Amino acid sequence: MTKYILTRLVFAVPVLLGVTLVVFIILSLIPGDPATAILGSYATPDNVERLNAQLGLDKPLWQRYFIWLTNLLNGDFGRSYSLNRPVLDEILERLSATLVLSGTAFVLCSVLGVVLGIISSAKQYEISDKIITLFVIVGISIPSFFLGMMMILYFAVHLSLFPVSGMYSLYGGGDFKDLVSHLIMPAATLAVVSTGVIARLSRSAMLEVLRLDYIRTARAKGANERIVVFRHALRSAIINILPILGLQAGFVLSGAVYIEIVFQWPGLGRMLVDGILARDIMLVQGGVIVVAFLYVVFNMTVDIMQLILDPRVSKN
Amino acid sequence: MKNLFDLGFRLMGAFLLVLTSFTITGIGFAKTPDNVLVVGQIAEPKSLDPATVTAVNDFRILMNVYDGLVRYKDGTLEVEPALAKSWKISSDGKTYTFDLRTGIKFHDGSSFDADAVKFNFDRMLNKDHPYHDTGPFPLSFFFSAIESVDVVNANTVSFTLNAPYAPFLSNLAYPTGLIAAPSAIKSKGKDFGRNPVGTGAFKFESWKANESVIVSRNDSYWDGKAGTEAVVFRPITDGNTRVAEMLSGGIDMMVEVPPVSLSSFSGNKFSVVEQAGPHVWFLILNAKEGPFANKKVRQAANYAINKKAIVQDVLEGTAAIAAGPTPPAFAWAYNDSLQPYPYDPAKAKALLKEAGVSGAKLTFYVTQGGSGMLDPVAMGTAIQADLAAVGFDVEIKTFEWNAFLGEVNPGLEGKADMAEMAWMTNDPDTLPYLALRTGAWPDKGGFNSGYYSNPEVDKLLEAARSSTSQSERAKLYKKMQEIVQEDAPWVFVANWKQNAVTSDKVNNFSLQPSFFLILKDVTK
Repeated sequence: MTKYILTRLVFAVPVLLGVTLVVFIILSLIPGDPATAILGSYATPDNVERLNAQLGLDKPLWQRYFIWLTNLLNGDFGRSYSLNRPVLDEILERLSATLVLSGTAFVLCSVLGVVLGIISSAKQYEISDKIITLFVIVGISIPSFFLGMMMILYFAVHLSLFPVSGMYSLYGGGDFKDLVSHLIMPAATLAVVSTGVIARLSRSAMLEVLRLDYIRTARAKGANERIVVFRHALRSAIINILPILGLQAGFVLSGAVYIEIVFQWPGLGRMLVDGILARDIMLVQGGVIVVAFLYVVFNMTVDIMQLILDPRVSKN
Repeated sequence: MKNLFDLGFRLMGAFLLVLTSFTITGIGFAKTPDNVLVVGQIAEPKSLDPATVTAVNDFRILMNVYDGLVRYKDGTLEVEPALAKSWKISSDGKTYTFDLRTGIKFHDGSSFDADAVKFNFDRMLNKDHPYHDTGPFPLSFFFSAIESVDVVNANTVSFTLNAPYAPFLSNLAYPTGLIAAPSAIKSKGKDFGRNPVGTGAFKFESWKANESVIVSRNDSYWDGKAGTEAVVFRPITDGNTRVAEMLSGGIDMMVEVPPVSLSSFSGNKFSVVEQAGPHVWFLILNAKEGPFANKKVRQAANYAINKKAIVQDVLEGTAAIAAGPTPPAFAWAYNDSLQPYPYDPAKAKALLKEAGVSGAKLTFYVTQGGSGMLDPVAMGTAIQADLAAVGFDVEIKTFEWNAFLGEVNPGLEGKADMAEMAWMTNDPDTLPYLALRTGAWPDKGGFNSGYYSNPEVDKLLEAARSSTSQSERAKLYKKMQEIVQEDAPWVFVANWKQNAVTSDKVNNFSLQPSFFLILKDVTK
């Protein structure tokens, strides 16, 4: 097992390198440069050239990439042009916010999604299945930024139940209760689409298994329906549900970008968008490498879980 | 396995229960205490080092933490003393000697004196200065006329310029000229921008990334104590979220209210404040080639566009119709005898006929958004329709802001016939000098992307820049505006009125024509 994990980690290195190279090239190819972004209307060719030289951007592209890479290997993420501070400081300040938001949303959508999926497969074509399916389809179809805005208008502005935006109150807050009150709306908004996807896919994964002969045998033996669903069916369906959860973890992480904007959540997604608009390659690279690393870790976790849960895989 | 899922169900049940109970009872969330003003800003600040920043959003904080040698008089764009008590200008207009206020301390306790002033300008302008590496200083060209800064004695400092340069004083009132504490720059180096120290009415307390910048009252401020104990600047990038925060009472004040949301604040719980500023929104016309090389066609475009409809319907009254290249906010230099080109499609058609132009194809560069650009896509579409009505065939090309600047600033030749543009400046010299002179064509490092050239305008602008008499300058600028309006190198469209909303708890607030946010006298 340890060997497997180590191999996976080694394979992750080229993936991360590839991601940074692609991002670096794309950011350099899109028109506009950091100096133009900083200078705005004052961006004369002269001023741009002078500022680019001050920022160290007058060197050729490949040279800049390798300087960045060498520094990274020495633990130096570089300095953000637009924020005028070390990239690592900014990332560390924001990473925990993103993890809290997407972690909560992920737990929410996994638990709700799988449970809804099981109920709707066990009660296929019954009224509960139809109600769940309706909700799930509505959930998948509503754009999450729109849902977020509507939740703000209703729950925060009209009912004053929750604060509109931010992560903590500016004064007198900072405790767990304060965090929860700020977290509920963005986490719920972020979870809605993934809950729907997970519910739909776990329903079909379960239905596939429920059609198999051994289930019929179990039922013929007179096993309790609850035991049939949970012990016999779910156990083998879970192997097909896990990879969906892994994919959705990535989706939740990337979906956090717009949710962070709507709810002004001080996370990484917001930072990446600002970084791209400011052509701040250092900041974007730093953020992307952290996000890519999280993706790799999610996928690895899913694979390891599968290994543990699926006897066929673990024997090979 | 079964137990596991039973547990799952129970957990979910418990979660839903908690959620419902929250929803029923409501979570009490802390509101801000009295006497602390919470301001909804449009973005996270980039830095709080005045020499390094370029964004109005950052200026709004800086103006409350720092002072300059001079500042704009309340409600005007005219310069008055601040850290300098008075000044003398030599008769050749090249030496400015400032007599500094005494006994002023920076927030860290160090003293403000002539050495501090010299340190600030040398850091920005002198490549060999030991703290020049705390830059870059993108707007240092505001002070490129400075040849040397000399300490005469502890309370007197003199600036020697390489040529007479009339906008010098108003540039000193601009945030780039604010005075930072040398002691703090020396100890913090590049991180000074996140640990700012000035002499202003508020002193810096904390900055949490994407959450807040908090400043608290400077009790020993030289110009009287501020009206609130502290000010919290919250970055809320999304306009709709900012409106929702304002409606729910999470912030006391917001700037840049989206035009469509203004009606949400019509009740007496809020007040909306408006102020026209030194802003002009215009279309650059390519006077070098194509149909707009002919003055009659450029004038026709000015007649053809319904500016009133743009200002009232697209911008919901958040802007006024522009008459010429200089915004009325520069009251002393504005020629108020100028009338905007009226909306007159018949006259436009007649001019086009005279010029022998019909059905001309035009390429029109439009941006998706950017500093001071208001609602560029909707405005661009309205303009396209108005021009089509008099017989132009206009093709719009849309760019993201940085890409747009990268296309427009090097000049429109060979690419486009017209482009949107907007400027906010601090002196009536800046925009015409950088964007209307022959010497400001893109190949000479200026912003005259439409290649307008009129020797008389060039002469007037040079003369106005080197005169030290304001009334003399005013005369020259007024003459320039008449000529430029007649020549029509641009379509003059709108002057933006900045707006802000405050809650009924906030008193004594007004917006400044400089677009800076001055919060010293505000109470809550």
